[in-house]
Amino acid sequence: MLLKDEVGMLQRVPLFSGIEPTKLKLLAFTSDRVSYSAGQILFRQGDEGDAAYVILSGRADILVDSDSGPIKVAELVPNSIVGEIAILCNSSRTATVRAACPLEALRIRKDHFLRLMKEFPEMTIEMVRVLADRLSHTTADLIDARSAK
Amino acid sequence: MEPSLARYIWTHTKKQQVWILMIVLLSMIPYFMSFDLPKLIVNGPIQGKGFEQPGATQPFMRLHYNLPFIGEVQFFSGFQLDRTSTLFALSLVFLLLVVINGLFKLYINTYKGRLGERMLRRIRFELVDRVLRFPPFYFKRVKSAEVATMVKDEVEPLGGFIGDAFLQPVLLGGQALTAMLFILVQNLWLGMVAAMIVVIQIVLIPRMRRRLIVLGRKRQLTARALSGRVGEIVDGIGAVHVHDTSNYERADIAARLGLIFKIRFDLYQWKFMVKFLNNFLAQVTPFLFYMIGGYLVIQGRLDVGQLVAVIGAYKDLPGPMKELIDWDQDRQDVQVKYQQVVEQFTVEGLIAPRIGALTIDDPDPMTNPLSAISLSIADDGGAMLLDRISLQVKPGETVALVSTATGGAEALAEAFARLNWPDSGKVASGADDLLELPEAVTGRRMSYASSDVFLFQASLRDNLLYGLKHAPLTSVTYDGAAADQNRWNIHEARRSGNPDLDIHSDWINYASAGATGPNDLIEPVRRVLDAVVLSRDILDLGLRSSADLTRHTELAGRIVELRAALRTRLEHEGLSGLVVPFEPGAYNKEATIGQNLLFGAAAGPELADRALAANSYFASVLRQAGLDRTLYEMGMEIAEQAIELFADLPPDHQFFQQLAFMSAEEIPAYETLLQRLKNRPYEAVSENDRAMIVTLSFAYIEPRHRFGLLSDELMSKIVAARNRFYENLPSELQNAVERYDPARYIAAATVMDNVLFGRVGNNHPDAPDRIRSIVYDILDELGLYAELLNVGLDFNVGAGGRRLTGGQRQKLDVARALLKRPDFLILNRPLSALDQRMQDKVLRNVLEEARRDGHSPAIVWVVTNPAMGMMFDRVVVFDSGRLVEDGTHETLLAGNGIFKELLS
Repeated sequence: MLLKDEVGMLQRVPLFSGIEPTKLKLLAFTSDRVSYSAGQILFRQGDEGDAAYVILSGRADILVDSDSGPIKVAELVPNSIVGEIAILCNSSRTATVRAACPLEALRIRKDHFLRLMKEFPEMTIEMVRVLADRLSHTTADLIDARSAK
Repeated sequence: MEPSLARYIWTHTKKQQVWILMIVLLSMIPYFMSFDLPKLIVNGPIQGKGFEQPGATQPFMRLHYNLPFIGEVQFFSGFQLDRTSTLFALSLVFLLLVVINGLFKLYINTYKGRLGERMLRRIRFELVDRVLRFPPFYFKRVKSAEVATMVKDEVEPLGGFIGDAFLQPVLLGGQALTAMLFILVQNLWLGMVAAMIVVIQIVLIPRMRRRLIVLGRKRQLTARALSGRVGEIVDGIGAVHVHDTSNYERADIAARLGLIFKIRFDLYQWKFMVKFLNNFLAQVTPFLFYMIGGYLVIQGRLDVGQLVAVIGAYKDLPGPMKELIDWDQDRQDVQVKYQQVVEQFTVEGLIAPRIGALTIDDPDPMTNPLSAISLSIADDGGAMLLDRISLQVKPGETVALVSTATGGAEALAEAFARLNWPDSGKVASGADDLLELPEAVTGRRMSYASSDVFLFQASLRDNLLYGLKHAPLTSVTYDGAAADQNRWNIHEARRSGNPDLDIHSDWINYASAGATGPNDLIEPVRRVLDAVVLSRDILDLGLRSSADLTRHTELAGRIVELRAALRTRLEHEGLSGLVVPFEPGAYNKEATIGQNLLFGAAAGPELADRALAANSYFASVLRQAGLDRTLYEMGMEIAEQAIELFADLPPDHQFFQQLAFMSAEEIPAYETLLQRLKNRPYEAVSENDRAMIVTLSFAYIEPRHRFGLLSDELMSKIVAARNRFYENLPSELQNAVERYDPARYIAAATVMDNVLFGRVGNNHPDAPDRIRSIVYDILDELGLYAELLNVGLDFNVGAGGRRLTGGQRQKLDVARALLKRPDFLILNRPLSALDQRMQDKVLRNVLEEARRDGHSPAIVWVVTNPAMGMMFDRVVVFDSGRLVEDGTHETLLAGNGIFKELLS
């Protein structure tokens, strides 16, 4: 996959949809293209967050440790981004991500990601929007869970 | 040291001084003969005196003297020669005298020069020898750069003076005295006038020179302080930048230079003032001769002949006088310099020479307990670091010294290591005062490491083995010219009072490390490095450096085996995708285009990096392969892309780290270049511009940069160009590149590159780490671990060891202390730069390693954390310079003292 194809894929990621293509190209160029085989770990819960990943092809499972072993909580499909929370909050990884099949991803380093957010307010706003969206979903889920009790 | 320079010189060179004086006096005979000869030649054969008759002859070489009481005596009647023959004979004699005089001069100058150089060598050695014997407290007060400048620069002028020290006054004084006497004989009164002026000169000039001496001393001190400050700036450059004090330093240096300038200029002015006066006095004498002498002649009390003779004789007086006065100035100058240096090197409490005397045989083990007896140590400010401490460490005992912040345990450890001398009380080994034991005992049977590590600028190996180099243990046999050189070295060393120990001998005491020789030394080295957890770092250094193939032959010899083992292992673990190997007939996609073209490691500057595209042979190969245009277009494409991506970014943007093609500074240059070349046909582009553009394509790696510029056709053309390049490689480039050959070791590449013989895939983020651990495994399996460790040990640690981290330096220091397997191991917070977990690990390892093979050294360890006390037989607690608790870990824990407090 060439740089220009990656730019096309990045444009389909909601987070980056507001950014002009030349900047996306720069993002793609300065990010590492990484490949994983099925079962390989992208990062582990508790690790320090040093990069975010955009899935280009393949699928990955998001796993959370529990007393009864890891539980799969979600699945990542192409064009989704993962790992950005740990970068933003300077916290450790909240979940483990494992490739479910051969996987291609773009690895965006922490300092690059933060620099981008500084330089492109559109991206930051989009990021806030996504997070707020997730929060309202979580709140709704919480209310559902409480009222179901 | 001898305070008077003259006496110092006389003591060491009196025989030579007398000898050279004799030679000089002897040289006077032909010298004066050559004065008389021209007159003989002109008057005799040339003007024809004595040859008035045609065919007349004159005796040549007739020896006859008019002896008192005996009268004329003829020793040899001479040869009878005619006019022409006499001319030739006399001229030849003249030539002979010229040669003899020249040879005398040559001999005298060489002899004086050698005498001076030997003395200089002797003084310098004596100074350094004293540095080696200074008591430890002295080093708190001196700057190393000042000591260095004293040894190197300040004694330098002494060398030039020493040859003339006694010769010059004797000769010049003699000449001046002769001239003086001659004048006195001619006329007493005129003689008295001349003598009076000379007396004025002798009295006045030295008086005026006193100021010169004072200024000279100041000049020396300020210059020395300057070099001390420069040394400080170099050593403390970090502090200068951290605190933005570089301008303060500039001001300080400028002020010092100003002061030095002022002193030197004063010196200058005064010196020429004295010179003027001196010249004036010399010229005044003839004035008096003319006036007084002339008056006397007019009065008829003196005849003209006498006056002319006096004036004639006087012209021989100022020359020697002036030189004599110059000599005196030199003498005072070097005397001042010498005294200044001697003062600095005269120190109370110098370590006696017998303490550091050379001892070849190893001393017996120290079987007596080491004890502090009522030991008190104060710091420079007078505060008590240790207050009447009494403590005994038995052989084989392990003791943890625990200390509060002002406890004093560190001072005790330093006292055990003789780095801090007691103010009262003493440290004793059995009944002997520790300070009275020779270093041959304490330096071999005891070991010390502290947090304050000093490493020499040498390889890791040299630093590690430094603690074993006590004495030259082998005698080296030299052949041929080397043997002559060696004999000369020994002879000259002895003549200058230097020791003749051979630095090329093997100084390493293998036995004390538990080895038998250089071949099995790596075993104990490996063990101590493992113990301090440093081996892995050194192996990494080894992997990243290129091995010296003259020494690490095994690595080169087994490289094929090693590469095959790596392939097999990678396949076995399903990781073959991680590394793309170099194959002579194939394009390696994970390597740059430049690497694929060159397919070798650049061994010189001709084909390295940017020079590659500019190399004319390389460019011609590209042309023949039909690649020049393609790569140019590719370079243009890359330039466009890179500029599009990066042009608006500020130059310090971190994204530039990802841009392999050009640096941020080069972007504007490429931007204009691109503008200029954009629509220009390839043929119209200059060679230089082409190289600028083509070089961009050399850095391109398709899977990493993903511009989509590489086609199958291009790849096969590149492989073809590679072969063409090596087919006709011109002879001047033969040594500039080493071609990748699967069957050969590439000396110019790192060990890692040699083992990999390929490129690690760009899209596996953890590949480098995984591969490195696999490489270590394989090296171990193939028995090449020690070899790689040896390569890593070649690493040069830099000035003061600054190329290593603080932790690595401390680990190396502990390893060095362990390596000589001492009876007493003193460790003074040796690992303070490491985190607690690592300290605990190293502590455990060191205790184990020290006791290996049935050794049981006493270990005294000043610990940074009281909890470490658990690992020792005994714990001693210090607080405010006093020993407050002493017992096993359990008993102290059970008590309710400071130790328990410190632990909680």
